[in-house]
Amino acid sequence: MPRLKAGEKSRISFKLNGRKVSGDAEPRLLLADFLRHEIGATGTHVGCEHGVCGACTVRLDGVAIRSCLTLAVQANGRRVDTVEGLAEEDGTLSRLQAAFRRNHALQCGFCTPGILMSLEDFLARGGEPDEGEIREMLSGHLCRCTGYSGMVRAVLEIVEEMHEEQNA
Amino acid sequence: MLGTENQTNYIGKAVERIEDAALLSGQGRFIDDLPTAPGTGHAAILRSPHAHADISAIDTSRAEALAGVHAVVTGKDAELWSEPFLVGVRQPMQHWCIATERVRYVGEPVAIVVAESRYIAEDALALIEVEYQTLPAVVEVMAAMAADAPILHSDVGSNLVNERQFNYGNPETAFADATHVVRASVRYPRNSCTPMECFGLVAEYLAAEQSYDVLANFQGPYALHPVMARALKVPGSRLRLRTPADSGGSFGVKQAIFPYIVAMALAARKARRPVKWVEDRLEHLVAANSATGRISNISAAVAADGVIEALELEQIEDCGAYLRAPEPASLYRMHGILTGAYNIPHLAVTNRIVLTNRTPSGLNRGFGGPQVYFALERLMQRIAIELNLDPLDVIRRNLVPAASMPYRAAAGAVLDSGDYQACVSRALKDGGLAELEARRDAARAAGRHYGIGFAAAVEPSISNMGYITTVMTPEERRRAGPKDGAVSTASIAVDPLGAVIVTADSIPQGQGHRTVAAQVAAEALGLRPEQITVNLEHDTQKDGWSIAAGNYSSRFAGAVAGTVHIAATRLAKRLAEIAAPQLNATPEDIVFSGGRLFARDNPDNSLSFGRVAGAGHWSPSSLPENMVPGMRETASWSPDQLVAPGEDDRINGSAAYGFIFDFCGVEIDADTGQVRIDKYVTMHDAGRRLNPALVDGQIRGAFAHAVGAALYEELAYGEDGSFLAGTFADYLVPTACEIPEPLILHHDSNTEATPLGAKGMAEGNCMSTPVCLANAVADALSLDEIALPMTPSHVTEHLHGAERPPSTDRSEAPAQTLPGKGRGLTGSGASLVPAPPGQVWQMLLDPDTLAAIIPGCESMERLGENAYRAVAVIRIGPIRGRFKAVIQLSDLDAPHALTLSGSATGPLGSGAGSGRVTLLADEKGTRISYEYSAEIGGKVAAVGGRMIDGAARILIAEFFKRFAAVAGGTAGETVSLWQRVARLLGLAR
Ligand code: FES
Ligand code: FES
Repeated sequence: MPRLKAGEKSRISFKLNGRKVSGDAEPRLLLADFLRHEIGATGTHVGCEHGVCGACTVRLDGVAIRSCLTLAVQANGRRVDTVEGLAEEDGTLSRLQAAFRRNHALQCGFCTPGILMSLEDFLARGGEPDEGEIREMLSGHLCRCTGYSGMVRAVLEIVEEMHEEQNA
Repeated sequence: MLGTENQTNYIGKAVERIEDAALLSGQGRFIDDLPTAPGTGHAAILRSPHAHADISAIDTSRAEALAGVHAVVTGKDAELWSEPFLVGVRQPMQHWCIATERVRYVGEPVAIVVAESRYIAEDALALIEVEYQTLPAVVEVMAAMAADAPILHSDVGSNLVNERQFNYGNPETAFADATHVVRASVRYPRNSCTPMECFGLVAEYLAAEQSYDVLANFQGPYALHPVMARALKVPGSRLRLRTPADSGGSFGVKQAIFPYIVAMALAARKARRPVKWVEDRLEHLVAANSATGRISNISAAVAADGVIEALELEQIEDCGAYLRAPEPASLYRMHGILTGAYNIPHLAVTNRIVLTNRTPSGLNRGFGGPQVYFALERLMQRIAIELNLDPLDVIRRNLVPAASMPYRAAAGAVLDSGDYQACVSRALKDGGLAELEARRDAARAAGRHYGIGFAAAVEPSISNMGYITTVMTPEERRRAGPKDGAVSTASIAVDPLGAVIVTADSIPQGQGHRTVAAQVAAEALGLRPEQITVNLEHDTQKDGWSIAAGNYSSRFAGAVAGTVHIAATRLAKRLAEIAAPQLNATPEDIVFSGGRLFARDNPDNSLSFGRVAGAGHWSPSSLPENMVPGMRETASWSPDQLVAPGEDDRINGSAAYGFIFDFCGVEIDADTGQVRIDKYVTMHDAGRRLNPALVDGQIRGAFAHAVGAALYEELAYGEDGSFLAGTFADYLVPTACEIPEPLILHHDSNTEATPLGAKGMAEGNCMSTPVCLANAVADALSLDEIALPMTPSHVTEHLHGAERPPSTDRSEAPAQTLPGKGRGLTGSGASLVPAPPGQVWQMLLDPDTLAAIIPGCESMERLGENAYRAVAVIRIGPIRGRFKAVIQLSDLDAPHALTLSGSATGPLGSGAGSGRVTLLADEKGTRISYEYSAEIGGKVAAVGGRMIDGAARILIAEFFKRFAAVAGGTAGETVSLWQRVARLLGLAR
C-alpha cells in the first residue's frame, strides 16, 4: 500500500456508475467532496458531514456507505455507484425512482439520492421486508420534508411487485 | 370565465410533480451544485466560543500568511463598508453582520477567511488569535429580566427591549364577573426545522458598478432585501439577489441566511473575487436560526358550562441575542387570532420581548403558532378538568359558529370561511374516536398509561406586511406611515413558437410550486401541465417582486398560484380577442382545449394555440386595435382585506384562515417514559386544494416536524450559554421509526379570500400537533403541567420523580450539564513518583516542568508570580485545535498541596477548571493525588458531549501522568492514551 503524505495530492481513479473517472486528491479529501467538486457528480448530497443524515450515501463495491465518512483515496481502484447511475441512459426512471415519484416520496429531494442508494443495496439483498423492516432501514436517513410516508409506500409497492414477479 | 371553459381541468388533480425527474436522478440544481467563476474563493467562518464576551483583540496575521488564503474579514471591515441592520423596535442596539466589539451568543461570526479551498480556509481559522474578555451570560428570559441580569446591549440598559399591553373588549369586567378563572403556564422550547440542505451562497462585488450580486438559497420574505441593501449602503437595485432552481428545504429557516449575504458580500469585496460559502451542520445547529422560546401565562374567565367569556394572556418571548429582522414577528404573526378557533369577545394581552445569550430567533414553520396554541389548547384541557367537563364539549361550546362567518376576532383577525363544528363532527366520526376510546379503556384496564388529546387551531396564511407594526403604539405607527397588504407577482409569457413560460415570486424550497403553477396555467390556456415551463429561480433585478415575495406564511397556494391564475386568465382573454374574428365568434365564446382555440359551438374550426399567440411576436400589426404587442402578462395581487392595524390595535394579520381539528391516542411506556403515538387524526379545512397529493405531503411534513418538536428536539443550552446540540446525534430529528402515519381528513370550505379559493395549509400541524400530543400525555399521566420536548427522560420524571444522582464510588463521575454551567466534568486520580515531596514540589513550581507536562505545549510564558500563559495544540481523535491557556498556581502549602487552575480558549471552544494536587510522602517516594472539576464550552461542548467528556478526562489524566513521568515515576496505569480513546469510542476494550 502506498504511503500518503498529508498535503500532497495523489491520483485517484475508480469506476463511477460503470465509467472510469479520475482526479487528484489530498489524503484528507472526503469521497463526497471528491465526487461533487472534483468529478462534478453533484447528485450525491452532503447534509451533516458527521455520518448521521445519510444524504451522502453511495455504494462502494455494491455496499451502501457514507461518503462523508469515507476518504476519496479509499475508493481508489474500486467501484462507486451514485444516484446519477440509476436511470436508463435515455432518462427512463428506474423502478424505484418511478415508485418514489408516484408516491410523492420526495419534496425538496435533498435527502433522496442517499435514500435511493441505500434502498438499492437493501432491495438487492432480497427477502421480503415488511413495513417495520423498511422503516428500520430508512431510519438510517433523515428527511425533513416528507414524514417518510411516501417512501415507505414506494418501497412496499416495489417489494410487492418483486414478490409477484417471483411467483409469476 | 374563460379559464374554466376549457375541457381539460388540472386544478384539484393529484398531478405528478414536474420537479421529480431531475431530483430523482441527481440532476437537481442546488446552490452547491452550480458552477462558479474561475478563481472563486471559499469562505469559512470563525465563530465565538463564548456566549457573552468583549473582543479585545483579533490577530489575523498568521491566517493571512497561510498559502492559499486570499483575505480575512473581521468586524473592522464591516464597520468600514456596512451598517448595522435595521431593527424592528426603536432601541439603541446594533447588530452587525460580523461581531464588532462584543459577541453575544455562541456561534456568532467573528471573522471570515476566504481561501482557495474550504479546506485551506478552515485551516486558517485555527491561526486566527482572538482575545476575549468573557462576561456573565444569561439564557433564561426570566433571569434576563431580573434587575441584576447581565445586559446584552448596554445602551438599551435592559434585556426587556419592548413591552406592549392590549385590551380588546372589556376583559377586566369579564374576569371580575367570572364564575371560574382557569389558568395555565407553559413554556415553549427553542427548536428548529433544520432543513437537510444548509445555507449556501456565492457573493460577488462588481467594483466598476459598485454593486453586489449574490446567489443564495434565501427564501424570503423579500422585506429583508431593503434591510440587506441598507446594511450594504447601496440602493436596492445594486444588491442583485438571485436564488437557485432548487433548495433543500427551508421551513422558514433560510430566511436567516440574510446576515451572511451581507457578510459574504463584504468578504467578496475585500477578497476581490467571488466568494462561495456553504454552511456546515454544526454551524447550522449552533447559529442559523431558531423558533422563539416563549413563556405564556394564560387565563380564562369561564362560565360553569365551559363557555369562555374572556382571555388574558401574558407572553414573554426569547428572541436571542439580537432582534434580527423580521423579529419580533414571531410574537405578532398570531396577534389578531390569539383567540384561536373560539368565539371569545374579551381579550387582554401583555407582550414582552426579551433578549438572551442565545442564537437570534427567526422564521420556523408555524412561526408563532406553535407557541400560541401550546398555551391556548393546554388551557382548554385545563378548563375541562377543573370544571369537570368533557374536553370535547369545552371545545365545541366555544368554536366560532359557521353562521358567524366572516367572523371578526377580538384582536382583529377576520376569519373568512369555515364550518368548524362540522369539521369536528366529521373528524370524530371518520377518525374513529369511539374506537380510540375503547382502546384507551382497554389499555387502562390493563394498567397501562394511555391518553387521548385534542386540539383545535385556526391556521393563518398569507401574512399582512403590516402585522409587525402592531408592536408599535398607534402614535409611533402614525409617524412611521402605514404598512399593510401582501403583494404577489407572477408573469406568463408565450414565446414565438407558442411555448409558455411562467415566473413568479414564490421561491420554492421543495414543495412542488412549479407543478401547481403549471396546473393553473395549463388549465387557463387549454394546455397540459408538461407543456408549461415554470421557472421560479428569482432575480431581484429582473423579476417582479415586492416585500411580501418569498416562501413563508403558507402564501403560495392562496397568493402566488392565485396570481398566476390572474396573469394566465388575462393572457387567455387577449388570445381570445385575437382568435375571435378569425373564428367568427365573440371573445367570450372562445374555448381553449387540447392546444387549440375554437368557438364553443364550432369545435371543428380551430386554431392552434401557438399560431394565435405567435401573432403577438410575428405580426403585431395584425393584433386587434389597442392591444399591446408582445405576449407577456404580469399580474400583481394583494388581498384587499389586509389593512394596517387600526387605532384600536386590531390587526387582520393574514388573508385566509384554515381550520384544523386533531385528536390522538398515545401510550407511555411505564419503564422508559417513551411516548408512542398509537393513532393520530388530523382534519383540515384548507379551502380549495389545488393538488391534493401535495396538500397531504405538506400536512405529513408539518406533522413530522411537530412530532419532533413535541417529543425530541431542543436547541439546548447550558446556563452559561454554551450550546449543547451541535450534531444530529445531539439534536434529535425523528426518523421513519418515530413518525407514525397520520389519518388525514379534509372538509374544504369555499372562500373568496384568494383568487382560486385556496388557503395555506403547510404550517397547521406545527401549531396543532405538539399541543395535541401534550394533551394526550397529560391525560395519560394525569398531569397539570407538561413541558416540551416530552423526551423519555422528561416523562420518566413525571412517572418516577427526578432521576437520582449516580452513586459516587466511581473515581470519574459521569459528565453532566451542571446547573449554572456548561458541560461539567469532575474526576480524580493518583500516581506514584520516586522522589521525595520536596523535590516534587520544586518541579511543580518550575515553568519548564509545566511546559513539558502540558500535552501538546508549544510555548510557555510567565505572566507573574506562579501564573503562566501557554499555547498548546490539543488533538482529540480527528479533531485538532490550538488552545491558549492561562495557568495559575494558588493556595500553596509547601510541600503538601497546591491548587492548579486554568482556562483555555481555542477555535474548538473553551474550558476552565481547577484541580487540587496533594503530595504525600510514601516509602517509595511521593504519592501525588489530584481532584479536579472542569467545564467545557464552545464547539467542543456542542459536538457529541459523550466523546468529548471522555477525551477531556483523558487529557487531564495525561497531564498528571506526564508529571509523574517527568518526576521519574510511573502512572498507576500503563494503558496508552490512544488505547483509552479507542476504548471510549467503543473501538477497543
Ligand atoms: S452527510 Fe454523510 S451522513 Fe450526513
Ligand atoms: S425531501 Fe427534503 S429532506 Fe427529504
